[in-house]
Amino acid sequence: MSLDNKKVKEIAYLARLNIEDSDIEQATAELNNILSLMDKLGEIDTGDSEPMAHPLKMSQRLREDKVSEDDLSEEFQAIAPKTGKGHFLVPTVIE
Amino acid sequence: MHNLTVAELIKGLKNKDFSSLELTQHYLTRIKSSELNAFISITEDEALSQAKEADKKIKQGDSSILTGIPYAHKDIFCTKGVKTSAGSKMLDSFISPYDATVTKKLNNENMVMLGKTNMDEFAMGSSNENSYFGPVQNPWDVSKVPGGSSGGSAAAVAARLSPLATGTDTGGSIRQPASLCGITGLKPTYGRISRYGMIAYASSLDQAGPMTQNAEDAAIILTAMAGFDKHDSTSANKSVPDYTQCLEDSINGLKIGLPKEFFSEGLDSDVEKVVMQSIKEYESMGAEIKEVSLPNSIHAIPAYYIVAPCECSSNLSRFDGVRYGYRCEDPKDLNDLYLRSRSEGFGEEVKRRIMIGAYALSAGYYDAYYLKAQKVRQLISEDFKKAFNEVDLIMGPVSPSVAFKLGSVKDPVSMYLADIYTLSVNLAGLPGMSIPAGFSGNLPVGLQLIGNHWSEELLLNAAHQFQMRTDWHKHSPAEN
Repeated sequence: MSLDNKKVKEIAYLARLNIEDSDIEQATAELNNILSLMDKLGEIDTGDSEPMAHPLKMSQRLREDKVSEDDLSEEFQAIAPKTGKGHFLVPTVIE
Repeated sequence: MHNLTVAELIKGLKNKDFSSLELTQHYLTRIKSSELNAFISITEDEALSQAKEADKKIKQGDSSILTGIPYAHKDIFCTKGVKTSAGSKMLDSFISPYDATVTKKLNNENMVMLGKTNMDEFAMGSSNENSYFGPVQNPWDVSKVPGGSSGGSAAAVAARLSPLATGTDTGGSIRQPASLCGITGLKPTYGRISRYGMIAYASSLDQAGPMTQNAEDAAIILTAMAGFDKHDSTSANKSVPDYTQCLEDSINGLKIGLPKEFFSEGLDSDVEKVVMQSIKEYESMGAEIKEVSLPNSIHAIPAYYIVAPCECSSNLSRFDGVRYGYRCEDPKDLNDLYLRSRSEGFGEEVKRRIMIGAYALSAGYYDAYYLKAQKVRQLISEDFKKAFNEVDLIMGPVSPSVAFKLGSVKDPVSMYLADIYTLSVNLAGLPGMSIPAGFSGNLPVGLQLIGNHWSEELLLNAAHQFQMRTDWHKHSPAEN
């Protein structure tokens, strides 16, 4: 599977990344190079092999649904780029 | 003093040959005069106060064996009140509001953190050249890379800037820099050490471990780092043995497997020679050597470079310029905020892997890439299972070559290919180790030891026995 510049721009946008027009040729070439390595996966006969999601085949541990942490919102917001009245602030979304 | 091992420093502190404060000052002086760029942050004030506290505890008889021992902490572990950057511009101003479990455990022993070590951005890289804070130099030859991603940690231990360092290993990031810098590095079984507060790259592969001068020290540090943590849902609820107890056991009759796929084309002949000499050494200690086959290990590169980028593209979506980390100047709307914060905050390799992951997980491609890679992962894991029915440990090279020149590998694919011998261990969740085994010219070569799940005791035992018979681990680079 070979990607063109347009597709690469789409993928970048999916990941919320910008690629400058001046860099797109190189980015496309590099991604295609990497994908040609990945495409070797398609040639492997995996038979009825089960997909392996966890190296120890452990299942997700559940915990009791109760409050276990203190309220640290002030400390967490102290490191945020912009806050106000206990909220994280971003540019206006709805006028 | 700086050539002493952790075990020797423990004795020295106990015998009052020196205080923790004297030790700490000694290492800090060395770090400050070093030009290797091994550290992103030097935490001098905190270190001096931790050392004074440790000396007080020792005096009061309220200490553990590691109390007062200085260490270097990879900058991927959250440290409360101290910058935790993960080698990224994205987190250049991030002061962690909490401690990682590993940090907490080492703090509880009253160890002394000297600083945070340099690394490839978000642990993505094999040369430490992907750090926002500049590359680290290999102390054996400053024109060469130290390996990555735990390159700062490896260089710091090799150059005796710290008696030990922490590292993390997602695809070889402890073992490969350990090999290239001539130190001992252990990546434990997945789930052995808590990942809580360890900035995530690929969550089904990431595992922390010790980087030290020798196996005895690794055993001491692993005992302190390991253990169940309710804050990490993938942490294994398994008791932690004292890993130093088994070091002296005889390895007579140990069955060692050499995977034929690890000795094929692409392996540097000097590296092969060193590895084979080490195997002979094991043979002379009474080990039985046998050829084994890991036929699917050749597929580890495509499988890893799908699984890891997929997980990273999901994990790194949290860096959005909203809650913490870098935010672009004057965003005009929310989308612009996301796009520019991420594009300006991440480096090239990180963006590349996020995009590979975003593509592989996008509609219509999931089956061909991620699901297929997980099936291949299963095959790789089954190969190891079969091999461990026949042998106790597997040995081979860590990296196809010794340390290469800084700036010499520009193409990402060529860099990925050099991870061939380490990736399959992470994919299968196994423990692996690199120990100093010899030299090619003036550059160190590591021997890789791979064990079955939860066989850290046997790995450390076999490594220690080798180090009782050889002195490769005692070599240190000339002062520079």
